[in-house]
Amino acid sequence: MLEMRGITKRFPGVVANEGVDFTVRSGRVHTLLGENGAGKSTLMKILFGLYRPDEGSVHLEGTEVEIRSPADAISRGIGMIHQHFMLVPTLTVAENVALGLGGAWGSSDLRPIRQRLVEVSERYGLEVDPDAFIWQLAVGERQRVEILKALFRNARILVLDEPTAVLTPPEVTDLFTTLRQLRDDGRGLVFISHKLHEVMEISDEITVLRDGRIVGNTVPESSSRESLAQMMVGRPVLFTRTVQHHDPGEDRLVVRDLVVQGDRGNLAVDKVSLSVRAGEILGVAGVSGNGQRELAEAIFGLRPVESGGIDIDGVPAGSLAPKAVRSKGMAYVPEERMRDGVIGEFTVAENLVLVDHGSPPYTRWGFLRFGAIKRQCTKLVQRYSVKTPMLETLTRSLSGGNIQKVVIAREFSCGAEVLVVSQPTRGIDVGAAEYVHEQLLGQRAAGAAILLISEDLDEVLQMSDRVAVIFRGQIMDQLPRSEATAMRVGRLMMGLKAE
Amino acid sequence: MVTTENPDTSGAPSLKALWYGPLVGLVVPVLAVVAALAVGAVLLLALGASPLTGYAALIDGAVGDWNAVADTAIKSMPMLLVGVGICIAFRTGVINIGGEGQIILGAIFATLVALAVPDLPSVFLIPLVLLAGAVGGAIWGAIPGALKAYAGVSEILSTIMMNIVAAQILSFLLQDLLIEEGAIKIQQTRRLSHNADLPLLPGGTRLHLGFLVALLVAVIAYLLIYKTSLGFRLRAVGHSPDASRYAGMQVKRSVVQALALSGACAGVAGAVMVFGSISHRLIGEGGATAFTQGAGFNGIVVALFGGLHPLYTVPASFLFGGMLIGGIELQRELQVPAALIVALNGVVVVFVVSSLRLKTKLQRWSEDAVLRRGRK
Repeated sequence: MLEMRGITKRFPGVVANEGVDFTVRSGRVHTLLGENGAGKSTLMKILFGLYRPDEGSVHLEGTEVEIRSPADAISRGIGMIHQHFMLVPTLTVAENVALGLGGAWGSSDLRPIRQRLVEVSERYGLEVDPDAFIWQLAVGERQRVEILKALFRNARILVLDEPTAVLTPPEVTDLFTTLRQLRDDGRGLVFISHKLHEVMEISDEITVLRDGRIVGNTVPESSSRESLAQMMVGRPVLFTRTVQHHDPGEDRLVVRDLVVQGDRGNLAVDKVSLSVRAGEILGVAGVSGNGQRELAEAIFGLRPVESGGIDIDGVPAGSLAPKAVRSKGMAYVPEERMRDGVIGEFTVAENLVLVDHGSPPYTRWGFLRFGAIKRQCTKLVQRYSVKTPMLETLTRSLSGGNIQKVVIAREFSCGAEVLVVSQPTRGIDVGAAEYVHEQLLGQRAAGAAILLISEDLDEVLQMSDRVAVIFRGQIMDQLPRSEATAMRVGRLMMGLKAE
Repeated sequence: MVTTENPDTSGAPSLKALWYGPLVGLVVPVLAVVAALAVGAVLLLALGASPLTGYAALIDGAVGDWNAVADTAIKSMPMLLVGVGICIAFRTGVINIGGEGQIILGAIFATLVALAVPDLPSVFLIPLVLLAGAVGGAIWGAIPGALKAYAGVSEILSTIMMNIVAAQILSFLLQDLLIEEGAIKIQQTRRLSHNADLPLLPGGTRLHLGFLVALLVAVIAYLLIYKTSLGFRLRAVGHSPDASRYAGMQVKRSVVQALALSGACAGVAGAVMVFGSISHRLIGEGGATAFTQGAGFNGIVVALFGGLHPLYTVPASFLFGGMLIGGIELQRELQVPAALIVALNGVVVVFVVSSLRLKTKLQRWSEDAVLRRGRK
């Protein structure tokens, strides 16, 4: 039903798409697979009328069309579910669906909409209360509203941009049920993801993009996670990491009944107790916004502790400033790496010494010693495989994966033995993520106590010795690795206690 | 983006970026001035005067002979000192509009020292009064700094307020406590100790030691910002208070330090303006701006013109000083209203400030272009 032929799109200095052919067929789920920056988004933005292709053409039901704008795309039956939802939080579900419908729907009478909404949602298993306000809904429910919006506009072709990134495993299962129904209904679906097991599960055909070009067209039956990853990255990728079992040592970081306020004075962390031992990774799983950030910041002295305690090596550290916490041998990889992890306008070298710049050998008599800094940074850049043209390159011009390597290099090389690591691989490419994981395991083997906070459940399950699940600021349960299955942890992430 | 190889440190394309950036930084402000002069030419034509004669007079007045050059330098001096302070504050992400007040406090502190120990030999007294000026300015800068850091008060508002407070203090002191004893009550101190006079530089002009002091302060500020760990922290805080805090820096302290240092530079200007003046008095007659000659505000323009870099601020202050001094000659030559000179300076300011955006854009663009070439 839709065909994109020979699409080429160039940006100053970069070819985002080069001669890409992409077809969406009725009743099929076509997966677009690729790393960040491979050109998936560009291709879909062309489809949705946000960009114009430099070369190539788009054909809809056999006739060449020119899609000028998102409105144009919608009127031609193309719907897009963005990664970041486009909903008005203060309006109800029905109102959000009615927004922008225009025509007869534009009248203030919401009753016909409500009625159709109920019909459509029952038909596709998209259960949602039409009168609920968006802000009251969970992430999974909001996504359903987005899909309903597209269906209301008679979308024949649905593009879903990383729809599972924000969902828990049970929610993913629900989503896939809906997607299958939509497919069987004769709609054409484009599924964008880099989670390979999901891709294997839902796809009818798979197109792999790398550096703007198609490197493979395949079907799940004749491919494996390994073969897909190799196509995506361009070299073999290690999946099943054999995590050496070894007995952890003593408690290094202990959190007792910690209570912390959020930015709006809400109760963000509610009586959390955790302990991390030397040589151990404690994973904290949870859906975004359940108190993970506040927990990490409180541990690191960046956020005041309301009550409860934090001990590092048995010494209370709950009221220390970040500098003092660091001097106790703690390091922190923050989740917002561009905002909190590095200074974009600083050079790679400056960011590598951001913490230690004031102490010998980098400073003498108050003056920076550029020779010593350069020597150390050259070493770090090599050891941590940071790909940068020069040490003097501004950090903001590096890719996300390389920026994360800069942060990791700095935090892991300062001799810290208690590490708080938040979302270490969010938004970075598979190769860099793999590298970050290796480094984490290396630190674990060297005896570091690591608190790994991540919204990526696969990551938590793969890396951790023990898994704690956080929901609305509370630790729902803590499980040893052997008992932490995706489904069990997923239920806990949704606040469902084990029965 | 996946790599295990060593970093590509081939310098060839990146070297280009290293000189291209400063080149843009130099060319764009000059273009801005040329554009401003072009607009000024239109203004002159509208008044029926010849722009050519006018600008010839302006250049003649600014740099026509050594005396003119010296006058320009003397005019530039306080603007340079304040401007250098602006650079320090700006690099830390704080905006210091309190140059006027800091100049005044610097002048008061320096005057008090000269009155307290007038008999100290020059070798000690001159550094001492300059230091006193720095301390006075630093205190006047640190107060808004602390208000911002610990109470969240906008430094833009508080520094402006502090200007007014400083002007009132000056006026108060000269009404009574420091006023020269005599029959006529003029708001000025007596002639201050000869030992504190800033000596004239050789060459037979009015140019005095303050000029070298200003240059020295600019160089020190440059070293401080770019070569010390203190400067590293200030710049880090200026770019990203969040990342700095996460890295263990004391952001609040840095804000206070930056405004104190910024104020110190302006305070030195205050001292220089007292002891380098012809009268060698602290004069309050005609209001505070008469004493500061608006250097506290002009210094901001000069710093922006100099790309907020202490060393580039040196030529920038000269250019602006030359405009002010040469403008007097232009006005005399063409018999145009004095308001025209004010307008002309205003036009320059508008062009310079708006050119900053263009400059950053160009620099970013060139940087990216070089970077892309480097990646291939």
